[in-house]
Amino acid sequence: MSHIKTLTNGLFRENPTFSLLLGMCPTLGVTTSAFNGMGMGLATTFVLVMSNLVISLVANLIPDKVRIPAFIVIIAAFVTIVDFSMQAYVPALYESLGLFIPLIVVNCIVLGRAEAFASKNGAIASIFDGLGMGLGFTMSLTLLGSVRELLGSGKIFDITVMSDQYGMLAFVLAPGGFLALGFLIAIVNRLRKAN
Amino acid sequence: MEYILIFIAAVFVNNVVLTQFLGICPFLGVSKKVSTAVGMTGALTFVMILATLVTFIIQKSILDKFGIGFMQTITFILVIAALVQMVEIILKKVSPALYQALGVFLPLITTNCAVLGVAIMVIQKDYNLLESLVFAASTAIGFGLALTIFAGIREHMEMVNVPKGMKGSPIALVTAGLLAMAFMGFSGIV
Repeated sequence: MSHIKTLTNGLFRENPTFSLLLGMCPTLGVTTSAFNGMGMGLATTFVLVMSNLVISLVANLIPDKVRIPAFIVIIAAFVTIVDFSMQAYVPALYESLGLFIPLIVVNCIVLGRAEAFASKNGAIASIFDGLGMGLGFTMSLTLLGSVRELLGSGKIFDITVMSDQYGMLAFVLAPGGFLALGFLIAIVNRLRKAN
Repeated sequence: MEYILIFIAAVFVNNVVLTQFLGICPFLGVSKKVSTAVGMTGALTFVMILATLVTFIIQKSILDKFGIGFMQTITFILVIAALVQMVEIILKKVSPALYQALGVFLPLITTNCAVLGVAIMVIQKDYNLLESLVFAASTAIGFGLALTIFAGIREHMEMVNVPKGMKGSPIALVTAGLLAMAFMGFSGIV
């Protein structure tokens, strides 16, 4: 039961994007389309789950003073795995995510969860926490990507929704990212209050 | 001339925060007051130039030489983490007031994607050492420019009546969006 709670905690109550405002760089950088957002989210989820698992297992062996560098090395190892796997199996997605894949290593969510959860909890709970946070992140990224893709080019997941003439390029470019995220957070806050 | 182009491109056209989305966390986090924004910029500029210098040398003389390029991410992030720790210790001694003001955000330079991003970008763009350093310095200045403007706007916004639902981060993001739109005006100069 408590595992389910840990899982949904990341999905809704402490959603990394909408309530904690963590990991903003990839959130804004890659969400030019729904598919890119989802790809980035899933890559981050993998890193989160694996690093949470390993860190929860070795946390007691690491002296407190070198905790952070040790965590970062573990995270960087998994990021490297993701980096090369994506380059091999999904080259198109790899190309469009570009620099942001190696930058998963500095995503505040990953280190934040390692520090706040995995280093203090058991392996199973940490896996669920990583999964919940990762999927919460994936969900927000896909949502933001869909909104930007829809407003920017009239498509969602490359399926044309609006007529061909439609297009507000600004939403695919940088300013639209900030604007869309700002309004989405305002809407989520409003819904949260209503509950 | 080449260096001036790199400078203008990094500061205005491809501004690190407003068009490339690197370093958003400190951009939103330490932008409530102009004075802290300036301090953060100083710390970041120092770390970024130093980090680019060190990672560049490591890449060329160790990673490339021994064909272990796959260690790039791990090596770079460790170097940056160590450098930030050093800056933190120095700042604590030299300027306790600034250290107080930057508080939790100084260790967070480690996870500032702009630093790692620039270190990786100069390798990808195949810059030489001097170009890399100019690029790092200009990126940091670009970051500082965006951060300071943004902090100035936010200071004024304290006195504005913002709709209830938009208070806090939503209005900050919308402001950043408008700022990014202004910076789009620079696109195409270089």
